[in-house]
Amino acid sequence: MEKIIISIENVSKEYKRDSLSISVLNNITFDVQEGDFLALMGPSGSGKTTLLNLIAGIDQPTVGKIIINGNDIAKLSATSLAKWRSENVGFIFQFYNLIPVLTAFENVELPLLLTKLSKSERKKRVELALSIVGLGDRMDHYPKQLSGGQEQRVAIARAVVTDPAIIVADEPTGDLDKNSAAEVLTLLDRLNKEMKKTIIMVTHDPSAASKAHIIKHLEKGDLV
Amino acid sequence: MTVPFSYIIRNFKSRKLTTGITVLGISMVVFVFTAVLMMSFGIKKTLKSTGSADNVKIARKSANGEISSIIEGDIVNFIKTLPQVAKDSKNQAILSAEPVVIINLDIKTGGLSNITVRGVSDSYGELRKQIKLIQGRPFTFGARELIVGEAIDRKFKGAQLGSKVKIAGDYWTVVGIFSTDGTGFDSEVWGDALQLLNAFNRGNAVSTVTFKLADISKYNELKQVFKSERRLLQFEPKIEQIYYEEQSEFMSSFIKILGTVITVIFSFGAMIGAMITMYASVANRVREIGTMRALGFLRRSILTAFMTESLIIAIAGWIFGTLLSLLLTSQKVSTLNFNSFSELEFGFSLSPDIIISSLVFAVVMGIVGGFLPAVRAARLNIVSALRAN
Ligand SMILES: Nc1ncnc2c1ncn2[C@@H]1O[C@H](COP(=O)(O)OP(=O)(O)OP(=O)(O)O)[C@@H](O)[C@H]1O
Ligand SMILES: [Mg+2]
Repeated sequence: MEKIIISIENVSKEYKRDSLSISVLNNITFDVQEGDFLALMGPSGSGKTTLLNLIAGIDQPTVGKIIINGNDIAKLSATSLAKWRSENVGFIFQFYNLIPVLTAFENVELPLLLTKLSKSERKKRVELALSIVGLGDRMDHYPKQLSGGQEQRVAIARAVVTDPAIIVADEPTGDLDKNSAAEVLTLLDRLNKEMKKTIIMVTHDPSAASKAHIIKHLEKGDLV
Repeated sequence: MTVPFSYIIRNFKSRKLTTGITVLGISMVVFVFTAVLMMSFGIKKTLKSTGSADNVKIARKSANGEISSIIEGDIVNFIKTLPQVAKDSKNQAILSAEPVVIINLDIKTGGLSNITVRGVSDSYGELRKQIKLIQGRPFTFGARELIVGEAIDRKFKGAQLGSKVKIAGDYWTVVGIFSTDGTGFDSEVWGDALQLLNAFNRGNAVSTVTFKLADISKYNELKQVFKSERRLLQFEPKIEQIYYEEQSEFMSSFIKILGTVITVIFSFGAMIGAMITMYASVANRVREIGTMRALGFLRRSILTAFMTESLIIAIAGWIFGTLLSLLLTSQKVSTLNFNSFSELEFGFSLSPDIIISSLVFAVVMGIVGGFLPAVRAARLNIVSALRAN
């Protein structure tokens, strides 16, 4: 029996610019099963990032509900939403978004600082996460001492270190060469298969999307 | 949970120059602020140490300094008979009836200034035990001789051992240099009271009378005498120490107020500097802030992180400025005291109060300078912060 983890119900998003309001997402409805690997594709400006941000709880829909594990996250207060994100969502960004002044270890440890884990428990988890992405020997390196692919792998370690149910990735291979991109995709695939993470990935790259089980296309704010 | 401290500290390292300049700006303000308070406190301390706690000084009530006070000879004689006046082994009152006048002398580096000349009576040594001759000999009573405080010797021309000083048309010889370890007396010239009265044709009207109390606990009794005895009604007794401390009030407050006004104006510059630095620090890290917020850090954690950053800059500036001001403790300044209209040498003096005031001042600069940038950082919208590059 499959379980629905994310349920998007009649979601619309508008941005108001001056008196003009731009409709970015129009009445979107779909479900994501637990353990799915979903790719969101579509032309630039079609609303992929916006939709991903809504699912990740860093943006609010203008209309509609986003129900994750049974609760409507649009109803949470900013503080509870932040706590919810720290427990349930792992983020992977196109430009990695590592903190430049922190080492690989410290970057991965960052989300654990929001938990009650002790220092030694955090250390264990960070080391495990970094070894999963194959960077156990790079813990003390700063982001600028790493290649793009390695940075993205550190970011993946940071995304999984809190053991969230959902991982959102916005063009995770968009800034990488072919080999690094392949490594990153293999990792995402393993997170999905071995660690049962539900993954939502925005991508322009058809070969990246081919790793996903389901591909959804957005076109000017509509699912097609 | 808060943003890790190492994150804040290491961001300084990546912006050494701007952080350094901001710290320097704050430390300069702290330095000036501390220097002013040290000066104000130095004057107070110098004048307070001038007087003794067991001496009483009598001056005319209406006078606001020694030179404008007049006490007639018969009043002096009456004061001598008061039972509260201490007596020496020869049963003589330990009392000095002192004419105080002002003369002009040339400053070594150019210009003129006023100097207090004090005529003293026989028992001046008994009355002011802090006085030490460091050169020459004491003046002879009955002769036109002077001893000069060491600060005067240092700053003025023609006030050295053997010099002749012109007072009221006559030449007086400097026969000794004395020190009172940095009290206001170091900036005075002393001679025989009777000779001075004679030179100025003042008859026997002195300026003030200072005597040792036979018993300190009898001071209130003495005050009662001055309130009830008809001949003494126009005069007021004060503990010598308090008298001189009050003489510092105007100058000390003047420097403090003027100095504070100036440093507050300076501090606007430093605060704007801190604010610009902090705004730049926020602007450089918009995407980092967005990322941390996405990971679940709260607005208030971001606010705290940037406020902490600003406070660290301010406290570093405070430490640096305070260390710099320590260099002043060995400096002496000599200037005209508005209360006595004559030269007074004093040092820069540091106290725990001053250190705390300058810390508070630095912290206020840090808070004011950091607040708006920190609020801006905390208010960033996550989605737009993540879109920034
Ligand atoms: N804060 C905003 N204010 C106004 N319009 C916005 C804002 N954020 C996004 N948009 C608009 O919403 C539309 C969708 O943006 P979104 O970033 O979701 O597109 P995307 O599909 O991710 O595009 P890309 O492939 O280029 O990343 C765009 O037209 C964009 O200009
Ligand atoms: Mg996008």
